[in-house]
Amino acid sequence: MSRRPEAAATLAAAAPAGPEGAATGAPTTGAGRWGRSGLLHRLVVRPELGAALGALLVFGFFSTITGQFLSPLGAATWLDDSATLGIVAVAVALLMIGGEFDLSAGVLTASTALVTSLLAVRLGWNVWAALLAALVFALAVGALNGWLVMRTGLPSFIVTLGSFLALQGLNLGVTRTVTGTVQVSGMRATDGYPSAGSLFASTMDLGGTTFPTSIVWWLGVTAVASVVLVRTRFGNWIFAVGGSAPSARQVGVPVQRTKILLFMATSAAAWLVGSINLLRYTTVQANQGVGLEFQYIIAAVIGGCLMTGGFGSAVGAAIGALIFGMARQGIVFARWNSDWFMLFLGLMLISAVLVNNTFRRRAERARR
Amino acid sequence: MTHSRTPDADRSLIRRRRARTRPLLTAAAAAALLLAAACSGPAGGSSAASGSAPAPAPASGSGPLHVTVITHAGPGDAFWSVVKNGATDAGKQLGVQVDYASDPDPAGQAKLIDNAVAQHVGGLVVSMANPDALQTAVKSAVAAGIPVVTVNSGSARSVEFGAVGHVGQEETVAGQGAGGKLKSQGLHKVLCVIHEAGNIGLTQRCDGAKQGFGSDVVNLQVDANNPTDTLSRIRGALQADPAVDGVLTLNAQVAAQAVDAVKAVGSKAQVATFDVNPDVLAAIKAGTVSFAVDQQQYQQGYLPVVMLKLYHDNGNTLGGGHPVLTGPAFVDKSNVDQVTAYAARGTR
Repeated sequence: MSRRPEAAATLAAAAPAGPEGAATGAPTTGAGRWGRSGLLHRLVVRPELGAALGALLVFGFFSTITGQFLSPLGAATWLDDSATLGIVAVAVALLMIGGEFDLSAGVLTASTALVTSLLAVRLGWNVWAALLAALVFALAVGALNGWLVMRTGLPSFIVTLGSFLALQGLNLGVTRTVTGTVQVSGMRATDGYPSAGSLFASTMDLGGTTFPTSIVWWLGVTAVASVVLVRTRFGNWIFAVGGSAPSARQVGVPVQRTKILLFMATSAAAWLVGSINLLRYTTVQANQGVGLEFQYIIAAVIGGCLMTGGFGSAVGAAIGALIFGMARQGIVFARWNSDWFMLFLGLMLISAVLVNNTFRRRAERARR
Repeated sequence: MTHSRTPDADRSLIRRRRARTRPLLTAAAAAALLLAAACSGPAGGSSAASGSAPAPAPASGSGPLHVTVITHAGPGDAFWSVVKNGATDAGKQLGVQVDYASDPDPAGQAKLIDNAVAQHVGGLVVSMANPDALQTAVKSAVAAGIPVVTVNSGSARSVEFGAVGHVGQEETVAGQGAGGKLKSQGLHKVLCVIHEAGNIGLTQRCDGAKQGFGSDVVNLQVDANNPTDTLSRIRGALQADPAVDGVLTLNAQVAAQAVDAVKAVGSKAQVATFDVNPDVLAAIKAGTVSFAVDQQQYQQGYLPVVMLKLYHDNGNTLGGGHPVLTGPAFVDKSNVDQVTAYAARGTR
């Protein structure tokens, strides 16, 4: 889903199009070198096109060279891997379209799980109450991130780097102080675990293969994010504040509220993934989640999000996460040496971004 | 998914629902229905332990036995590279195809186990730094008829999960041994350096050292992935407390940094460590490290492959439900030359 032309109309007047194709979307006519059909053109200007092609390529590649990749059980494995990455990646994509970063999202998946598990296991809370408390905690962290970014004017990269480090220390410090060890386990025996578990961590049987529920959550979050981005006024605001915050302010977009809400949505997504992992694995380690924040950003960028904001899509980020999961598990299926995974990832990131860039340039050339 | 909306999504969805959003919402609703229809929640309460090992699975397909080793190693870890060498050497010698994969995040490790199950491997070797997180994955592998040998950590849950054996070192026992040896050197106050936040085994080593040594053992948390940080934190701890006359590190890379830290501060502290690598061996030779607790991890890679091969060919199990211990063995001045020769080729 890319933004629709009429979404841009309100802004196009106010927001100057930056060199990186900031606040302007698809042109209203498909004229230019793409001919009169416009269909090809409409396809090419979609942010997620590059990612979709990449996903097809990766999928085709691993399907042909390994036997098990395409089997139902194999597909369940890589979809599972993609899902927990994709849920947060989609939220991060919205935030990046809004022109901000969140480096604390990865470690927050562990923080929220620790809050839930400490309350449920150590204090004997009902799991649902503990989950709610963790959600409040996550939203508070998100609101604080957003508020600090808006109040101080510091880059969100710096602010959320700070909260990332702070949360990492908090995770370890609190866990050690309270439990004397570095992990909290024993969720299975807590009050309300079966019902919470069935919502977040159950499995579905499809034709004899078990698929984890996280995949459904992933699809759901992607659908909701896409609808919000493309079909609502709030979605227009996201593009506006990411494209050019001053211009957005001048046309009456509540910049501060929009950005703070985006940070809160990212934190809520991290809470969702933290809860899914906690209820599924019934344990959480104090050092979990570190390093995931970059994977979310990578997935969003592969999916067509610009580092400068104002451009991108939720579906693209979901596809980016899918590429990630397919590649990570595909390398194992292919029985390659997993030492090379990061190299593969780096090359894939660069090429995906180059492809995305090429398509976008063409789209912009066609507009003139 | 109506219940997964973010608050802001909520309002806007109600406010403006156009025909074009229908397919998306329909799809989401269908997914929700599907979920409600065929969904099995995780088991609550205390899970029953299945104490009996599964019957040997018949040899699946033709070709060599295929064993996958899945550990919780971080990328580029020297200790685990020796384990990997042990597994691949055993594979070469026994005609077993061995693959190796690792992920320090327990969720990632569980997914790698699922991956191996999807591949229908003939045998699985898993290190369980976080047994609870791997419970479902390991049990599903056992249920699929794949024999599992657990290694390195998680021995307490190995039988419960249905593994056919465990190869490793009991961390508390090894810690007690190290503490006792430090005590016999006449030390008074020891710093125990924990280099990995999430690993319970490391905490057990320090607790064991405390039991073996007496009470005066202080834990220090460092990040093994950042050598500079490790060095300065140990330096800081030594400067802050001159009474410290012993440093116990829990892996070989950290030991080298501890030696540097002791030298830089001019402390008289003796360094001892778990695990060996060429640096530690050279330091033992030079006298800057007094001894190393060697868990001989090459065997933690090698033996499970042998065990799975025997199980596959002959239905044998090893250990009788108890862990097969690979350590602690001690390396000090008396045997350092011999061990150095082996370490140089990546097997100690």
